[in-house]
Amino acid sequence: MTAATTQERHSYLDAPYGLKAWLLTRDHKRIAMLYLISITFFFMMGGLFAAGIRLELLTPKGDIWSADMYNKLFSMHGVIMVFFFLVPSIPATLGNFLMPIMCGAKDLAFPRINLLSWYLYVAGGIIALVVLAMGGIDTGWTFYTPYSSLSSNTNVTLAIVGVFVAGFSSILTGFNFIVTVHRMRAPGLTWFRLPLFVWAHYATSLVMILGTPVVAITLTLVALERSLHLGIFDPKIGGDPVLFQHLFWFYSHPAVYIMILPGMGVVSELVAAMARKSIFGYGFVAASSLAIAILGFLVWGHHLFVSSQSVYAGMVFSIITMLVAVPSAVKTFNWAATMYKGSISWESPTFYIVGFMGLFLIGGLTGLFLATMGLDIALHDTYFVVAHFHYIMVGGAIMAFLGGLHFWWPKMTGRMYSEALAKTSAILVFVGFNFTFFPQFILGYLGMPRRYYAYPDELQVWNVLSSAGATVLGLGYTLTFCYLVYSLFKGELAPANPWGAKGLEWTTSSPPPTFNFDEDPIVTEPAYDYKPHGTEVTVG
Amino acid sequence: MSSSFPLFPPSASSVSTEMDLLYLFIIAVCAFFTILVTAMVVYFTIRYKRRHPEDVGEPIHGSIVLELTWTIIPLILSLVMFGWGASLFYRLSRPPSDSMEISVVGKQWMWKIQHPEGVREINELHVPAGRNVRITLGSEDVIHDFAIPAFRVKMDAVPGKFTTLWFNATQIGTYHIYCAQYCGTRHSGMIGQVVVMAPQDYEAWLAGGRSTGTSVQNGERLFTDLSCITCHKADSTGRGPSLLGVYDSTVQLGDGRKIVADDNYLRESIMNSQAKVVQGYQPIMPVFQTQISEENLMQLIAYIKSLKTPAQEKK
Repeated sequence: MTAATTQERHSYLDAPYGLKAWLLTRDHKRIAMLYLISITFFFMMGGLFAAGIRLELLTPKGDIWSADMYNKLFSMHGVIMVFFFLVPSIPATLGNFLMPIMCGAKDLAFPRINLLSWYLYVAGGIIALVVLAMGGIDTGWTFYTPYSSLSSNTNVTLAIVGVFVAGFSSILTGFNFIVTVHRMRAPGLTWFRLPLFVWAHYATSLVMILGTPVVAITLTLVALERSLHLGIFDPKIGGDPVLFQHLFWFYSHPAVYIMILPGMGVVSELVAAMARKSIFGYGFVAASSLAIAILGFLVWGHHLFVSSQSVYAGMVFSIITMLVAVPSAVKTFNWAATMYKGSISWESPTFYIVGFMGLFLIGGLTGLFLATMGLDIALHDTYFVVAHFHYIMVGGAIMAFLGGLHFWWPKMTGRMYSEALAKTSAILVFVGFNFTFFPQFILGYLGMPRRYYAYPDELQVWNVLSSAGATVLGLGYTLTFCYLVYSLFKGELAPANPWGAKGLEWTTSSPPPTFNFDEDPIVTEPAYDYKPHGTEVTVG
Repeated sequence: MSSSFPLFPPSASSVSTEMDLLYLFIIAVCAFFTILVTAMVVYFTIRYKRRHPEDVGEPIHGSIVLELTWTIIPLILSLVMFGWGASLFYRLSRPPSDSMEISVVGKQWMWKIQHPEGVREINELHVPAGRNVRITLGSEDVIHDFAIPAFRVKMDAVPGKFTTLWFNATQIGTYHIYCAQYCGTRHSGMIGQVVVMAPQDYEAWLAGGRSTGTSVQNGERLFTDLSCITCHKADSTGRGPSLLGVYDSTVQLGDGRKIVADDNYLRESIMNSQAKVVQGYQPIMPVFQTQISEENLMQLIAYIKSLKTPAQEKK
């Protein structure tokens, strides 16, 4: 253990100080912090829109907002949460911070490009805010044609420009991660000694660079059809509106895996560290990330079962979608098996991973309902779909993000937060989340369509439960925000390895020096090589 | 529905029960795994709680047998779901040949419904119980989706093409119709109701409705008004092919392809007549893309479908 005074001296958070030093930094850790601040801002904004939605749905009548206002609320909620929060969330913050450290490198392969990616994200975000100031958009985050290209009279084109620009930030991040993993690993750090977090981010990066250009071009075609009346999606001049759905989901289904794969990587790290045990079936967990990334590109048509797609195409998409269930099940069982005969800490990250597993199980398994073609007829475009993807994206991805944030917070900031508050908020989020979204499964089978701001009276009871749950969920998130910010100023100083965990990031000081390690690390053992106390030589 | 915490919509069509069973089957499988894994995780968390700060877990690295088990069992279960679901979907995508036909056109923000006998309604659909009903869907503007949860059916109405769905209503009553695909400002107002009546009540209702001529009659009038009749003569002497018996027949195209003349082929041949020209004919037919409304198009096709060769008439 090095003394706190030496940590103070060379932490990346120390000099050079000042706004300019931060805005022109090439340090991946500072860029991760810039991202963390910006995505938190957009998360709060998206959350406010969600509050507006749940408020309206308390009563069956459309009474609080106008129909147009409601349509804008859910559209901006979706656009901001998907493109400006979820896609960058784990990769651009925890990934940015940890990928070089876990590889034993001083920085990412291209530090300037890393900074550029943040500026592109911010530029896209500012465009989104301008769209908002000009009245928002009402197309939903899915931009379905011909509504978006012919019918909507909101600022669709500008919103598309924003998403397009932000898309390049994720392409650059993915590109940077892939090169870093290939070229910058420390001596001795072979592929199969890499932490599973790195494997998951590698798979995610592949999806980012292969998928994002497709959505960028697709949305550009919508913008061109709006401005130049090209006949791409407009059937009156020879276009095909369903073509848009094929192109859009070719990216946007894999995008779901951009959101959840890094979360799976986080959970793999946390399970191993909190149970102080090697991950059960390391090779299977690593390979399942790649399998999910690859299969994810072949399932887009399951969004189109009732869009006039051919029945036989539907069957192919349905069966491949079923196959995605297999690597997801493999991961889940391996995490559970890792805990068997572990030494499980009851500190706050454990609360988050147990919560994650419950929510991710429900989210993943309800995907089977939608992949089953016959049943999808009843469930398609209903609240069942809304509930399903919130279980994956909020219950899965955000829970994993919060778990990871609590786990690496001492490393990133050098401060400890209140354990009691952290556990309280994990429980609040878990309970609030289930109350918010579980009733929506039932609403879905009852037939309540998505994007309705007024609904029949008999559906009110489940909507009231959902809105009540959302209040608890909001409270949980607010609490987390408060004690984490408080810890920045008043938290106890964190030791280098507060959890007694394995991994290169825990061998350096908290927070790490600018170039991550005082001495270049050499790796001599597999990941998660926990040995009973006394049988290993303690270093540092 | 009367329950204050409803779990299922009314069950009012011939597929409702099977749909519910499929839903319950998947719920059972998923509940089993959710409870199994959650119980394991919670039990391990408590059972293997860390006793001393220095403790580490036992060095267990994996097991091929277990990996295979939890690869193969989920695979088999998901294939069973696929098989059942694909079978149900296939049956729901193939309307029985004895179905009565009703056409429905979505536009922002209403459903326009046309019975073959000529009765029209808006946002309300009357159907007889116990008959197979095939709905042909069109859209005048953006994509809509015609959904009846009580029947467990749903299909997008896509501009530029026809889509179909079918059902057989089993319970007399009134049920919701929703537009399930987001279509703009009054999307959530694009609702209606389907009224299922006893067959004799339906006949009485039809008789009492104001008919503007049957779909076939209206289609025949359009066939004359739009001058289709000058080229498409019944005796094959016109500049266009005869349309007797064309529906559902195999057509030889000029480019060598063979194609079945279904609703969407007829639609395309009217709206964008140069797309697939029949072998032996010149591409001289005008394009009707912007000149025919969705409802008139449906009437015109109803008329073309009614044109039968003498041999077909006998059957």
